[in-house]
Amino acid sequence: MQGVNRARGEPGLESGCHYDALDKMAVELDVFVGNTTIMDEEVYQLWLDGHTVNDAVKVRMEGGVLEECEASADVLMSDTMDQYRTFQMCERLLHSPTKLANQLLFQIPPHRQAILIERYYAFDDVFVREVLGKKLSKGTKKDLDDVSAKTGVTLKSCRRQFDNFKRVFKVVEELKGRLVENIRQHFLLSDKLSRDYAAIVFFANNRFETGKRKLMFLTFQDFAFCGGQLINNWTVGAVDNMVEDMDVDLDKEFLQELKELKILIADKDLLDQHKSLVCTALRGKTKAFNEMEANFKNLSRGLVNIAAKLTNTKDVRDFFIDLVEKFIEPCRSDRWTAADMRLYLTHYTNSAHILDTFKHQLVWDRYMGVIKSCIFKMYHD
Amino acid sequence: MPGKLKAKIVAGRHLPVMDRASDLTDAFVEVKFGNTTFKTDVCPKSLNPQWNSEWFKFEVDDEDLQDEPLQITVLDHDTYSANDAIGKVYIDIDPLLCNEAASVISGWFPIYDTIHGIRGEINVLVKVELFNDLNRFRQSSCGVKFFCTTAIPRCYRVAMVHGFVEELVVNEDPEYQWIDRIRTPRASNEARQRLISLMSGELQRKIGLKVLEMGGNAVVGYLQCFDLEGESGLVVRAIGTGCTLDKVSFGSAPNTNTHVHPSTAPASNACNSPSKDGKEPVFAEDLPSFSGPPTPFRVLPTSSSSPPPFSPSKPCSRQSSSSDTDLSLTPKTGMGSAGKEAGPLKTLLRQQTQTALEQREFPFFTLTSFPPGFLVHVGGVVSARSVKLLDRIHNPDEPETRDAWWEEIRQEIKSHAKALGCHAVVGYSERTSICEEVCILSASGTAAILNPRYMREGCLDTGNTEPRFDEPSPPSCGFCHIPYDELNMPFPAQLTYCYGCRRQKVPDVLFTTIDMPSEAAVTGKGCLIQARLCRLKKKAQGEVNATAISNLLPFMEYELHTQLMNKLKLRSMNALFGLHIQISVGENMLLGLASATGVYLTALPAPGGVQIAGKTPGDMSNEHHILTIQKRINDTIAKNKELYQINPPELTEEVVGSPIPEPRQRSRLFRSHSESSDELSELDLSHGKKDAFVLEIDDTDAVEDIHSLLTDASPPSGFYSCNTEIMPGIFNWTSGVQMFTSVRVFRLSNANLTNQGLNKIFTDLCENLLKSFYFKLRSMIPCCLCHLNFTVAVPEEELIQVAVTAVAMTFDKEQILEKPGDKIITKGCIEGEEQLQFSMELCADSSGISTQQLSKISGVPESTNVSPRAASVDYGSFADRCSTWLELIRLKAHTIRRGSIKTISSLERSSPLPEGRSRSLRSNRSFGGSSVTVVKMTPLSFLPGTRIIKYLGIINMFFIRETTSLREEGGVSGFLHTFIAEVFAMVRAHVAALGGNAVVSYSMKECMLMENPNKNQAQCLINVSGDAVICVIETDQEPIHTAVGPRQTCSSGADGTT
Repeated sequence: MQGVNRARGEPGLESGCHYDALDKMAVELDVFVGNTTIMDEEVYQLWLDGHTVNDAVKVRMEGGVLEECEASADVLMSDTMDQYRTFQMCERLLHSPTKLANQLLFQIPPHRQAILIERYYAFDDVFVREVLGKKLSKGTKKDLDDVSAKTGVTLKSCRRQFDNFKRVFKVVEELKGRLVENIRQHFLLSDKLSRDYAAIVFFANNRFETGKRKLMFLTFQDFAFCGGQLINNWTVGAVDNMVEDMDVDLDKEFLQELKELKILIADKDLLDQHKSLVCTALRGKTKAFNEMEANFKNLSRGLVNIAAKLTNTKDVRDFFIDLVEKFIEPCRSDRWTAADMRLYLTHYTNSAHILDTFKHQLVWDRYMGVIKSCIFKMYHD
Repeated sequence: MPGKLKAKIVAGRHLPVMDRASDLTDAFVEVKFGNTTFKTDVCPKSLNPQWNSEWFKFEVDDEDLQDEPLQITVLDHDTYSANDAIGKVYIDIDPLLCNEAASVISGWFPIYDTIHGIRGEINVLVKVELFNDLNRFRQSSCGVKFFCTTAIPRCYRVAMVHGFVEELVVNEDPEYQWIDRIRTPRASNEARQRLISLMSGELQRKIGLKVLEMGGNAVVGYLQCFDLEGESGLVVRAIGTGCTLDKVSFGSAPNTNTHVHPSTAPASNACNSPSKDGKEPVFAEDLPSFSGPPTPFRVLPTSSSSPPPFSPSKPCSRQSSSSDTDLSLTPKTGMGSAGKEAGPLKTLLRQQTQTALEQREFPFFTLTSFPPGFLVHVGGVVSARSVKLLDRIHNPDEPETRDAWWEEIRQEIKSHAKALGCHAVVGYSERTSICEEVCILSASGTAAILNPRYMREGCLDTGNTEPRFDEPSPPSCGFCHIPYDELNMPFPAQLTYCYGCRRQKVPDVLFTTIDMPSEAAVTGKGCLIQARLCRLKKKAQGEVNATAISNLLPFMEYELHTQLMNKLKLRSMNALFGLHIQISVGENMLLGLASATGVYLTALPAPGGVQIAGKTPGDMSNEHHILTIQKRINDTIAKNKELYQINPPELTEEVVGSPIPEPRQRSRLFRSHSESSDELSELDLSHGKKDAFVLEIDDTDAVEDIHSLLTDASPPSGFYSCNTEIMPGIFNWTSGVQMFTSVRVFRLSNANLTNQGLNKIFTDLCENLLKSFYFKLRSMIPCCLCHLNFTVAVPEEELIQVAVTAVAMTFDKEQILEKPGDKIITKGCIEGEEQLQFSMELCADSSGISTQQLSKISGVPESTNVSPRAASVDYGSFADRCSTWLELIRLKAHTIRRGSIKTISSLERSSPLPEGRSRSLRSNRSFGGSSVTVVKMTPLSFLPGTRIIKYLGIINMFFIRETTSLREEGGVSGFLHTFIAEVFAMVRAHVAALGGNAVVSYSMKECMLMENPNKNQAQCLINVSGDAVICVIETDQEPIHTAVGPRQTCSSGADGTT
C-alpha cells in the first residue's frame, strides 16, 4: 500500500526505538486492534509533540497513570507503541482530513475525528512565530533544526507543523472564495484554527517581516489578528469575493489609491488644520496631551508615509516594522497609555473627515480602520 | 437456468496513483463469475472514477451461485504494457439466495490486494433473481439459513432441533502446486483465497443439502475451519446443528414454557468403557487417542502400557453391578414430588428421546446456550484427542481418511457421554493443531441429557402433547443434577443433595463447555480461569514424534485439569462454563491452554479450602514455609470471596449438604474401581476425595506450581472478565461495546529452557495480555471483558503466539448486584436466612448429622430410606420450609418475568420491519454527516441495548496478506496491525453493503503469521466469521435477562465504544 509507505515517511526515528524496546521484552510482535479505533488523547499529544516511545512512556509514568490502573511499565510500553503505530497509520489520512470521514480502515466516531484533526493541525505559538512570514520552502525546512533548538519544540513536531502550513498553503493558494472558509472546508478545522491558518498563509504569501528584534515583543496572536484585519479589509476579496487569489493578495488598486493620502502631510495647511482639530478634541482629556501635540506632525507623517509606500513589495514586507518604528516606539517613549492611544487614533481618524479639502474619505477609512485595530492590538509590552 | 446474477459497477474512490508521470490512474473493472467475465470502460486519469456501468448479467445454476464468489478486479489500463491490477473484491452471493436474508448488496467495498493491502474503494450493486426450481434432485441448497451464533438466533423460534451436521472437503493447496514455483506471490495468494472461498461455498452447500434431507431449514452454531496440511492438501471442514427455525411473527413470542424433566439415569444402555483401554497405538491409522474426562479428572492413557487409573469397563458395566442398579433406580424415580404418576410417563419420554437421539449417528449439538428447558441434566466435559501423521494419508486428495479420523473421535466422544449416563453432547466443537506432518485432532463437548420435546417431530406445534406435572427440579438447579447412576459413577466424585431443590444429587464441581443456562442460580460473580502449560519435547520426526506427543498429551490434560481445579478452589467457586482446552504442537514443545469461566453455582456445595501438606514432616523450616504458603492461600481465598461477592448461605449447607457425602461409602466404591492401579493413586488427588483440597509439596516443582497458582492477578477494580457470552452475575449491560483483537508473539531466548521456565513465560504472556486489555479499556469502567477467546500457536521453533478476540461491554454499576427481577426475592431470601440463623444452627447439630451418616454408611437402600427421612428432618426445621416457600416465589417470579417478555416483545414486533430498518439507518447517519455506516462487531450473539430484527446471512472471509517490505511497513507489528485493521474494515464494508449495522458471533478462526525478518518478508492468513444483522436500539426497558437501564441509547455507543 503506497499510502502506508508514505505514512511511514520517517521510519528511522520511530521504528528505531520501537525495536529496542521490543528486544527488551523479547516480545516479537504486539498488536491490539479495536473495531472502534482506540486513541488516548494524552498519548496523541505526546506523539504530536514528537516524543519518542520511550520518552512518552516516561512522561506517562510520571503522570501517574500506572497507579490509577494497577498496570506495569511493560503494559504502558506496549500501549504506547500500539497507539504510536495507530497514529502513524492515521497520519496519511490526516493529511487530507476530508478522507478521514469516508475512509473505511478505521472506525472512528465523528467527534473523535474532529479532535484528531484539530490537534494534528494545532501548532505551537513559539514555533509559528519563528516561521511566520517566511517562505514555506525547502530552504526554510532545512533550517528547522535551528528553530527546534531555539524554541525547544522537537524537530519532529517542527516538521509536522511546517508541513501542515505548507499543505494548507498549497491547497488554498489556487482556490476561489474566502480564505478562512476554504481552509475550514478542506481541512475541517474549527473557526479559530481556520482563521489562524488564514493568517499564516497570508503572512507567508506576502512575506511580512516578523523576525526583527524590534518585533519580538509581538505574539503570534497579535500578528494573526492583524493578518485577519488585512485580509478582511485590504484584499481584493474584501470588496469582491469571486476573484481568484482574492484573499491572499492585497488589493493593488487600493494600494495605488493610498498614495493620494500623501496630501495630508504634503499640504501644510491641511496638516496644520488636521493638527488643530485633533488637539482641540484631545485637550484636557489626557495627561500625554503635550507630547501628542508636539509629536503630531511626526506621527502623522509616519502613518501616511507607510500608506504611500505600500505599492512597493519591499515596503509591504516591512509594514509591521514600519508601524513599530514610526508610530508605536515614539508613543511608547512618550509613555502613552493604551487609552491615550485609543483616544488619539480615534480623533486622528475622525478629524480627517472634517477637513474640507480632503477628498479621500473612503480610502482613508479603509486604511485607518485596519491601522487603528492593528496598533491597538500591537500596543503592549 | 435457475438464477440470474446481476452486478453493476458504480464508482471508485481514493484509488492509488498507478501512473507516476501523471500522478493519476486509468482504471477499469473486470467482473467475473464462474467462467464469464465482463469489463467496464476505462475511466481515464482519475483517482475517483465514475463508471456507472450497465448491469452485467450472469445466468447460472444455483449450485454455482452457492459455491462461487463474485470476483471484481480493478485494473489500471496501460496502452503499451500489461494492465496492472490494483486489487480485488470477492463478494459472497450466498446472503442473496435466501429470501429472508438480504435482498441487495450495495455499497463501498475496500479494494484489496494481497501484497499492498487496501487500495481505495469501489461502489458495487449486486442482485440475484432466482427462478423456481423444478428439479427435485437438485445439488443446491439455496434457502437454508446459516448462523454462526451458537444459540437459537434471536427473532427465531426453534421448532425442532435435528442435530449434528458435518462435512469436509479436500483440495490440493495452491501454494504447494508445481506452478507455484513460477508464478508471483500475488497470483499464488489469490489462487489460495479463491480456492478457500470456493471450498467454503461448496461445503456450505453440502451441509445445506444434509439439513434439507433432515427436514430442517437452518444450521445454527455453524463452525467452519480450515487445515493447512501442507503437502497433503488443504482441508475445509465444518460442523453445525441442523434445526427447523420459525421466524417469530407478530404476536407469537418465543416459546417460554419450561419443562424440565427429571430424567433418570440411563437404565438399559450398557456403560461403554470411555476409551478402548489398553489399545496399542497404530500410527497413521489410529494413534492413541486421549480422552479428556468429565469434570472430575480422569486420565486414560490408552497409549501407554500403564493401566488406566481405574479399570473403566468392568466396574462400570451393568452386569457387574446389577444388584445396585435396581436399588439406585427405583428410589430415583420415586424421588421427585411428582412421584408415581409422572414416573412411567417420564420413562416413556426418556425412551423417546433416546430413540430419537440414537437414530442419529452423533447426538451432538454445537450450540452452547439453549431455550429454557432444553437442557435437562449436564454430566460433565467429554473430550478426545488423537495424533495423526499427515504424510501417511493414502489418498490425500480424497476426504475419506480425514472423515474416518473424525468419525473415530466422534465415536469416542459419544461413548464418553454414554459412560456419563448421557445421551447427547452439547457445546460440541472440534479443532486441529498441525506442525509439519503431525496433526492433533481434538474434539470436546459437554455430556448432557436433553428434553425430548425439541427432538420429536410435531410435538412442538401444540406444545401440549405432554401433560404438565409438577416438576421436581426447578430450572435454577435441574441441569446440575447428576445424570449418571450414583452407585456406578464413571469417576469418583463427591455427591450431595442439591442445594437448590434438595431432592436430587449434584456433584461437588461441574465442568462444562457451554454457556451458563440463563435460569441457573449463581452466587456472586464469575471470573475467567485459565490453566496454562508448556511441555518441552525432543525434536523428532514421523512416528517417533507422534508417539512422543501422544505420550505427553495425557499428562498435559491432567495438569491442566489440576490447575483448573486448584484455581477454581482458590476463587471459592464450584463450576466452570465455556471450558476450552487447546493443545498446540510445535517442533520442540507442546502448549496447553485451558480457559473457562468459573462461577459459584448455588445448587452445588461450597468448595472446600486448599490445604498444603509437606511430605517431610519434622523439618522445621519446611513446616514454617508450608504455614506461610497456607496462609497466603487462605488469604487469597478470602480475598477472592470478597472480590467476586461469594457469600453463600453457609449454614444451610450444613443442614442440607451433610447427609450424603459419606466418606466411607465413597471410598468403598472408589476402591473397587481403583484396586488394580495403585501406582496411579496419586491422580486421585484432584477428585476431591477429602473435604479440603490437599496439595502436597514434595519437591521444588510443587512449590513452583503453588506459586504460579497464586500469581494470577485478579482484574483491577471495575473490571470483570469471562470467556462465556456474558458474565454470570451481571445483568444490566449498557450499550458501550468495544470488540478487539490482540496478538502477541514471544521469542524464547536460546538459553536452555526448562518446563518450569517455559510455564512461567507462557503464564506471564497471558497475564500481561490481560493486564494490557484492562489498561487499554480503562475508560470503559465499569466494564466486563466477555467471550475472551485465547488461541495459542507455536508458529516456529522459538516462538509462542497468543491471539485474543473479545469484547468489552459496559454495565450499570448502580444495579450491579442482582438481576432486577430477582432482587426483591433474593433479598427476602437473605433476610429469611438471617432471621433463621439460630434455628438452623440448632439443626446443624453435629449429632444429627452423624447419625444420618451412620445410617447411610451402613449401606441400607439409601435413597428410599434416606430421602424421605432427610425430608422429614428438613421439614421439621423452619428454615427449610421457609426456603422452599422462597423457592416457590422464585419460580413464580420466573414465570411472571417470562410473561412480561411475551407481551412486550409481541408489541414491539408489531412494528413493521422497514420502519425498524430506517430507524437503524437513521441512527447511523445521524453522526456528523459521515458517509460510512457504523458497524458494530461482537463475538456475542447479541448487542446490549439493541434488538436484532433481521439476520442477513453469514460472513465467512479468508484473507492472505504478504509483504516483501516488512521493515518499511513498521516491522511485523506494523504489518499485522494494518492487516487486522484491514480485515475489520472489509468485514464492516460487507455487512454495510448487505444493509446491516452489526456483526454478532464474530470470531477469528485463524491467524497464521509467518515471518522472515532477514528477508524482510512476512505472510499472514486470517479467517473470520460472524452473522451480519440489522439491530435497532431497544427503547423500552425490557425485563429480559440482558435487561438494561432505560438511560442507555445507541448513540452513546458511538462515544469511542462502538
